[in-house]
Amino acid sequence: MNPWPFVFGAYGVTFAAIMALVLWSWIAMRRSERK
Amino acid sequence: MPSLHALANPARFLKLARPLTPILFWSGLVLLAIGLWGALFRIPPDYLQGETVRIMHIHIPTASLGMGAWAGIALSSVVYLVWRHPLAMVAARAIALPGAVFCGLCLVTGSIWGRPTWGTWWEWDGRLTSMLLLFFVYLGFMALSRADAERGGDGRIPAIYGIAGSVLLPIIRYSVIWWNTLHQGQSISLTKSTIDNSILWPLPFTLLGFSLIFGAVVLMRMRTLLATAKAEARMRRMAA
Repeated sequence: MNPWPFVFGAYGVTFAAIMALVLWSWIAMRRSERK
Repeated sequence: MPSLHALANPARFLKLARPLTPILFWSGLVLLAIGLWGALFRIPPDYLQGETVRIMHIHIPTASLGMGAWAGIALSSVVYLVWRHPLAMVAARAIALPGAVFCGLCLVTGSIWGRPTWGTWWEWDGRLTSMLLLFFVYLGFMALSRADAERGGDGRIPAIYGIAGSVLLPIIRYSVIWWNTLHQGQSISLTKSTIDNSILWPLPFTLLGFSLIFGAVVLMRMRTLLATAKAEARMRRMAA
């Protein structure tokens, strides 16, 4: 079984989820502080 | 260094949180980049697991933060119930979402790691099941604290839930000892490790990098909650 799709899959999911969390939190913060 | 009570003042807290948020994020990103570069391109494959050992460098930090975040919620809940620290419940609410995300990522990366290593995506064993329970407990806390805030509650019920949920932490920690599980036992502690340093060295970078980014997200969410509360208070005063 080729291990690389599993390795890159795990890294990809983690990176995407954390960047989405950071971006969402940052946008929410900017929006609420501007009010 | 400001004391806990000095930081109870939201204005004083915000004065510290505003410059700290980008510092935590960017320093976390740099450390994470070093750790991920090492984990993906520098370490040798493991003699038994081969290349899939590289998943360890994201799985362990997400698991640690998924569990550590709940310890943070429990501690904030105690501080809120005992000292009525006004920012404690804000902190608990701010920790919940990133905690749930890291807990979910621990489950997903563990599942991806399990397929080539164990031959299965999922097994209902002690460690995996108790971690999944913690994920659902996070969802429950988020729903409860949101409902409590919307109904003008004083935060006591979510705080009690936050403390009660911490019973899961020792169950997760000792599940690999108490039950015969597919998940391996503890291989890393603060003082020793059964993993060779040539494979282990990026882990402190990814662990600290993820932790600093987690801290930045918590500060952003605390600032969001405080700004929202301030805007709502202003609207109530205008309506009165």
